[in-house]
Amino acid sequence: MSCDETVDCGRRRLLVATSVAGGVAGVAVAIPFVSTFAPSERAKSAGAPVEVDISKLNPGEMMTVEWRGKPVWIIHRTKEMLDDLTKIADKMADPQSNRTMQPEYAKNEHRSIKPEYLVAIGICTHLGCSPSEKFKTGAESGVSPEWTGGFLCPCHGSLFDLAGRVYKSMPAPDNLEVPPHYYLSDAKILIGEEKKGA
Amino acid sequence: MGAANVDKYKSNGSTAGDLLEWVDARFPLMALWNEHLAKYYAPKNFNFWYFFGSLALLVLVIQIVTGIFLVMHYKPDASLNASGVPVAFASVEYIMRDVPWGWLIRYLHSTGASAFFVVVYLHMYRGLIYGSYRKPRELVWIFGVMIFLALMGEAFMGYLLPWGQMSYWGAQVILNLFSAIPLVGNELTLWIRGDYVIGDATLNRMFSLHVIAVPLVLIGLVAAHIIALHEVGSNNPDGVEIKKKKDEHGIPLDGIPFHPYYTVKDIVGVVVFLMAFSVIVFFMPEGGGYFLEYNNFFPADPLVTPPHIAPVWYFTPYYSILRANTVNFFWIDAKLWGVIFMGLGVMIFFFLPWLDRSPVKSIRYRGPLFKGALGIFLVSFFILGYLGMLAPTPGRTLVSQICTILYFAFFLLMPIYTALDKCKPEPERVTG
Repeated sequence: MSCDETVDCGRRRLLVATSVAGGVAGVAVAIPFVSTFAPSERAKSAGAPVEVDISKLNPGEMMTVEWRGKPVWIIHRTKEMLDDLTKIADKMADPQSNRTMQPEYAKNEHRSIKPEYLVAIGICTHLGCSPSEKFKTGAESGVSPEWTGGFLCPCHGSLFDLAGRVYKSMPAPDNLEVPPHYYLSDAKILIGEEKKGA
Repeated sequence: MGAANVDKYKSNGSTAGDLLEWVDARFPLMALWNEHLAKYYAPKNFNFWYFFGSLALLVLVIQIVTGIFLVMHYKPDASLNASGVPVAFASVEYIMRDVPWGWLIRYLHSTGASAFFVVVYLHMYRGLIYGSYRKPRELVWIFGVMIFLALMGEAFMGYLLPWGQMSYWGAQVILNLFSAIPLVGNELTLWIRGDYVIGDATLNRMFSLHVIAVPLVLIGLVAAHIIALHEVGSNNPDGVEIKKKKDEHGIPLDGIPFHPYYTVKDIVGVVVFLMAFSVIVFFMPEGGGYFLEYNNFFPADPLVTPPHIAPVWYFTPYYSILRANTVNFFWIDAKLWGVIFMGLGVMIFFFLPWLDRSPVKSIRYRGPLFKGALGIFLVSFFILGYLGMLAPTPGRTLVSQICTILYFAFFLLMPIYTALDKCKPEPERVTG
C-alpha cells in the first residue's frame, strides 16, 4: 500500500484491523451454528446394548434384531455352510478379515466367536443398503451356478458370503461389520458391548 | 442499468396516473418495468425451445405456493404414532385423505417436482443446441448450472419428507456418498445426518433446508440468472448477436419488446403446459411409478431395504454414472471414483463456455462433428437414465460404463472437435 494524498495510511490500517477483527468474530459466531448439526447428547446416549435369545434359531436360519437403528443379523450356519466358507475363500476380497471391520475375537475365517453363529450388521459397506438374503444355493439362487449362499445388496449388486465377507470386484470395499458382542449364556447374546475383562 | 437516467413517470391527471407518479418518484417502478419487460428487446426469432425458461419460473411459483400450504399440515417427525406408523408418513396420508383438497395440493407439488426437471432439462438442451452458454453469456449459464444444482438438492431433500421406504433408503445411499471422501468422510456423514443412523434429526434438518434455505437460494439465483441475461441480451436460434445491428434509436433491428410480444407468446406455452400438467395431476399423479415410486407408499423401515431401489427418474443418469464405477485404480476405491464421477458429471457443465471452440454458436451453422457428438451425448444420457431405473447386471454395468465414457467424452473432446468442425457461415441478421 502506497501512502499519498488520497490514502491515509493510519486510517487504512485501522480499517484493515477492524475488518479482520470483525471477520474473526463472524467465523466464531458460525461455530455454534455449524455445531448444531452434530449428533445431540440424546442421540449419543441412545444405543443401549440388546439382549437376544438364539435358542429358537434353527441351523440354516437367520434372525434380525435392531441395534442403534441398524439391522443386526444372527445366522445359525450349518456344517456345509461353514465348509463352503473355506472353499470360496479365494473369491473374497479380504478372506482373512485383515481390515478392521470386526472386533479381534471375530477376526477369523468364519468371522465369529462360535463358528456356527455369525453376528453382523446387515448394512452394506458400499452405500448403506441392507443386503437381501440369498440362502438358496446354485442356479436356483438366481445369482450364479456356483453360488454357495450369502447376501446380495439390492442397491448396487455387491455380493457377500455367509460370513459377511465381500466378494472381489464389488462396489462394496469391505466385509460387513461385526458389532461388539458376547455370549451371556449358550442361548443368549448381548449385542453392543464387549465382555468385561475380555 | 439505465434505472437512474430514465425519465420519471408523469401523470395524465387521472387518479391511477397520480398514484403511479407518486410511487415512481419513490421507487424505480417504471425503470424496472421497462428494463425487464416493455423495453427489453428480445430477438424476434424465438421458437418452440424458448418456452421453457418462463415455464421453469411458473413451476417454481407452483412449487412455492403448494409447498406453503403443505407445510401447514405436514409434520417432520420420525417417531412412531399410536398405530406404530411414523408421524411424518402419517401426516402425508392425512393430507391425502382428510385435509379438504389436500390430495390436490400434494399431487400438484409432487408432479411439479418432475415437471420442474422436464422443463429445466429442455431449457438446458436449448442452451446446448443454440450455444446460449457462449460469450458473453457465461455468467447466465453459470447461474443456471447453480440453479440446476440447487434444484437437485431441493428435490432430494423433498423426497425424504414423506418418510417412506424409498425416502429412507434413497437418503441412506445418497448421504453415504459423503463417507467415501477420504479421512473426513465418516465424520462428515455423521455431521450431515446428525445421528448414527438416518433418523429424526436428519428428517428435521432436511425439512428446514427444503422449505427455507434452498428456496431462498433458488430465488436469489433465479434473480441473478435473469439480471445477467437482461444485461447481455438473449441469444436466439441463429446464435447471432442482435445488438450488432441497431436502428437510429439504438434499438436492435431484429429485437422486439418482451412485453407484449413474448409475454403473449409465453401465455400460449403456459396454457399448453398447464393442460398437460393437469392431465398428469388428475389422471396419473404417480406417473406409472416414475413420479411417485410405489415403494414409497410403505413407511420407512430401517431394517429392510426394498428389493429394488432406484432414484426418481430425473436423477437416474447420474445414478448410473455412480454405479458404473466398479474398478479400483490409482489406489482409490471404486466407491470414491463413483462419487467423483457423479459429481463431475454435473460440475462439468460449468466449464462448457470455455470448452467450446467453435466459430459459430447455433447448431444451424455447426458442422457434422458437433451434431454427431451431441447426438451420441443425448443417446448416452437417455441410456444412462434408463439403466439407472433398473437393477444392475454385469451386462448393464458394461453398457453404463461405455455411456459414462461417451458422456464425458462429449465435454472433454469438445475443444478438439469444435475446432476441427466444418461450420457454415453465420448470417448477418437473424433468419426468422
